Amino acid sequence: MSVKIISRVATLCVTVFLSLVCGAVAAETMPLNLTEGVTPTSKQVYDLHMIILYIVTAIGVVVFSIMCWSIFHHRKSRGAVAADFSHSTFAEVTWTIIPILILVAMAIPATKTLIFMEQTGDSEMTIKVTGYQWKWRYDYLEEDISFYSTLSQDSNIARQRNSNVDPNTVENYLLDVDNPVVVPVNTKIRILTTAADVNHAWWVPALGWKRDAIPGFINDNWTYIEEPGVYRGQCAELCGKDHGFMPIVVNAVSKEDYAAWVSEMKGDDTGGMVKAAMATEEAAVITTEAAPAEAAEEVVEEVVAMAEAGAEMSKDDLLAKGKDLYAVHCVACHMAEGQGVEGLFPALDGSAIVNGPKADMINLILNGKNLMPAFRDQLKDAELAAIMTHERNSWGNTAKDMISAADVAAAR
Amino acid sequence: MSEAVIHDDHHDHDHKPTGIGRWLFSTNHKDIGTMYMVFALIMFFIGGAMALVIRAELFQPGLQYVDPQFFNSMTTVHALVMIFGAVMPAGVGLANWMIPIMIGAPDMAMPRMNNMSFWILPFAFTLLLSTFFMQGGAPAGGWTMYPPLVLQLGDALPFLIFAVHFLGVSSIMGAINIIATVFNMRAPGMTFMRLPLFVWTWIITAFLLIASMPVLAGAVTMLLTDAYFGTSFFNAAGGGDPVLFQHIFWFFGHPEVYILVLPSFGIISQIIPTFSRKPLFGYASMVYATAAIAFLSFFVWAHHMFTVGMPLTGELFFMYATMSIAVPTGVKIFNWMATMWRGSMTFETPMLFSIGVLFMFSIGGFTGVMMGITPVDFQYHDTYFIVAHFHYVLVPGIIYGIFAGVYYWLPKWTGNMYDEKLGKLHFWTSTISVNVLFFPMHFLGLAGMPRRIPDYNVQFTDWNQVASVGGFAFGLSQLILVWVVIKCVRGGEKATDQVWEGAHGLEWTLSSPPPFHSFTTPPQVTDATAHS
Repeated sequence: MSVKIISRVATLCVTVFLSLVCGAVAAETMPLNLTEGVTPTSKQVYDLHMIILYIVTAIGVVVFSIMCWSIFHHRKSRGAVAADFSHSTFAEVTWTIIPILILVAMAIPATKTLIFMEQTGDSEMTIKVTGYQWKWRYDYLEEDISFYSTLSQDSNIARQRNSNVDPNTVENYLLDVDNPVVVPVNTKIRILTTAADVNHAWWVPALGWKRDAIPGFINDNWTYIEEPGVYRGQCAELCGKDHGFMPIVVNAVSKEDYAAWVSEMKGDDTGGMVKAAMATEEAAVITTEAAPAEAAEEVVEEVVAMAEAGAEMSKDDLLAKGKDLYAVHCVACHMAEGQGVEGLFPALDGSAIVNGPKADMINLILNGKNLMPAFRDQLKDAELAAIMTHERNSWGNTAKDMISAADVAAAR
Repeated sequence: MSEAVIHDDHHDHDHKPTGIGRWLFSTNHKDIGTMYMVFALIMFFIGGAMALVIRAELFQPGLQYVDPQFFNSMTTVHALVMIFGAVMPAGVGLANWMIPIMIGAPDMAMPRMNNMSFWILPFAFTLLLSTFFMQGGAPAGGWTMYPPLVLQLGDALPFLIFAVHFLGVSSIMGAINIIATVFNMRAPGMTFMRLPLFVWTWIITAFLLIASMPVLAGAVTMLLTDAYFGTSFFNAAGGGDPVLFQHIFWFFGHPEVYILVLPSFGIISQIIPTFSRKPLFGYASMVYATAAIAFLSFFVWAHHMFTVGMPLTGELFFMYATMSIAVPTGVKIFNWMATMWRGSMTFETPMLFSIGVLFMFSIGGFTGVMMGITPVDFQYHDTYFIVAHFHYVLVPGIIYGIFAGVYYWLPKWTGNMYDEKLGKLHFWTSTISVNVLFFPMHFLGLAGMPRRIPDYNVQFTDWNQVASVGGFAFGLSQLILVWVVIKCVRGGEKATDQVWEGAHGLEWTLSSPPPFHSFTTPPQVTDATAHS
């Protein structure tokens, strides 16, 4: 019997030792704890988390020690004889009152933090965040800036099944986007969350909170970032197939840099859509290779105007632009080779609509159908024309014609 | 036929029907209990296989084995199968087997309804699992079925909804049966305050079922009409509210948590006194604490959805209400400790699993308190921290309680002692692996890994690998349980009527195995023969 106990104690010691070693190694290389974050809220939340963690750990140590002591001493094999008490009013009142007191002690700082977090007034600027399957849209309400933010191409390629790309080689794998949301530091920013299709949740751990984005409703939140930096997060509410692939990147910059960014955004595209601006900027570079830098802005405006009019985009321009836009707006459901997902998202390769009359296709993309969202308000005529032209000319599709922005405008 | 008629007139001859009819048409609480338990075990392995698909995919970053949509089906159906297919039927199976025996009754009050409440289950799960072969695949919107996402399901949606309806019908019938049995069929002298704790926890569970399952049925019916009949209960564009579903769902969902856990509390309240050779400490406060937990469970639902955007006062109310549940739960833990205190303990497998519950359910309780604190929950919510929390509560809390009950009563059921060495092996391999599996998830959640994602940033790789190794080890450990049960059913050292040295209560006065019809003459119960 004693050999048995010794071997058990030895096993226990080895286990504890190994856990400690593993813990120490892990602390060096593996993430363990909540982030402290960069806002007053996140710091309060972190402090509260640590206080509660210490309290429950202390309770655990006391309770588990008593249990272990009892298990060791009050065992029949040590000759323990059972007592026969089954009541003790004093003990029962004590272990009801003490937990209540501990809980009250926890509730006080928790209430203070919660009240602090709910003070959404006095904000200096407002950003509306809209969740889509599976991307985010950001609207800077005062600045009339808005854009979509999707998973970066590097991650998107690597995350495909059997992509043969090692995620370890991709920078910020799954946590990088094409267009980060840019905000100034030391500014109280009101963040409104909502959604276009299903529930999402906007979460950047460094800001200290997450909040659901619910279609038809707007939630009110705020943040005040104290340190410039890039802060990454993810959608935190299951929103379908690509829930794991719609990250959030917040780029907090100084107020001056923010002002510069705003004027750049507005200067490039008075209409608002950065996507269009960026795509047309590329187009401008292609079409005006020799244009001097100071003239570039004018050229961009000109191309935007042309694109909006839809008259001057050649089929090649549409195809090039359409390919890029497809990778942002369409690929999540209809997949890279237009093969779709069986039973959920129709294939575009060989599709009757893609190869059929232009009007039907334009109507579907503008107004949506079932799971297909309406792109009427999401994209511009030229962009929709580019996407459709790309689709009609890709994979095994036989339409091989072109849809112009004017066709789309006519159908609106 | 004439033979059957003759036998029907002689119930006391311990006549067993034979062949498949014994099981299909069974009205016998023990046979139905056995079927529930076997069904639960099969579902435990089906749900477990899905969990292993999840852990295999999460072993490293990148998508290796399954597509995201199928991954979501795995998380969704794993939960539905484990909750409604494994844990609940196991609880009802134990209730069926033990409640009539524990209160000195011949059988359940409504034996034919008992048959139906079991046989609905295989049909319900055929509906649910058949969706894997349908256009659009199996349910993939999470077991919580939140609209609008769940409405994007393909052909699986009505199957999901009707499966849930059937499960609700089965549970409600089971609950009515248990209440009718306990209220009407107690042996003379078996007063309410002499009922074994397992019976008490089951009465309270049964009332929770009757109060909460219709709410779930209502919620999924509204999903059905939203999807197919043009209503807009949960569609903002039609004047509805997607959040309304969450409120209704969790008004069911939180009591459901206690529907799962209370029977396990009851089981270990039987086992700890037996192996401490000491009466249960604070019997009355155990009953009141259980009732208090059940009552409070109807006022805390919104802590599952703090991030949905509620008024400050609402958040404060649900935070305080949630924290208050820690008090009666603490009382129960302390009572179990006080039962062990100055006892004369031995550590057979049922006791080991019960002690496992005390330690690891407490860990789940601690993280539960942490998440009850609303402002911090804004960080924890929908991360692996919550996954760690509810798996600590469900696996080494609730399922360990069920394991403990199975080992405790297996000799009574079969008449044979199980293999104690294998039982202990099952306990130790499970306990080590379950912690390797779930403890690292706390770290993953705190570090920022959301739940229900098929792929993750490389910083989360190491802990996911640890968890996956634990997951496979835990899954394989459960094969030991199957081995122990089969071995025990087939033979072994004969069990005495009392089986365990410190066991008290009516179930231990019957032979092992008990006669086909438990008590044909009601026993007289006095304070001395009552369990406590």
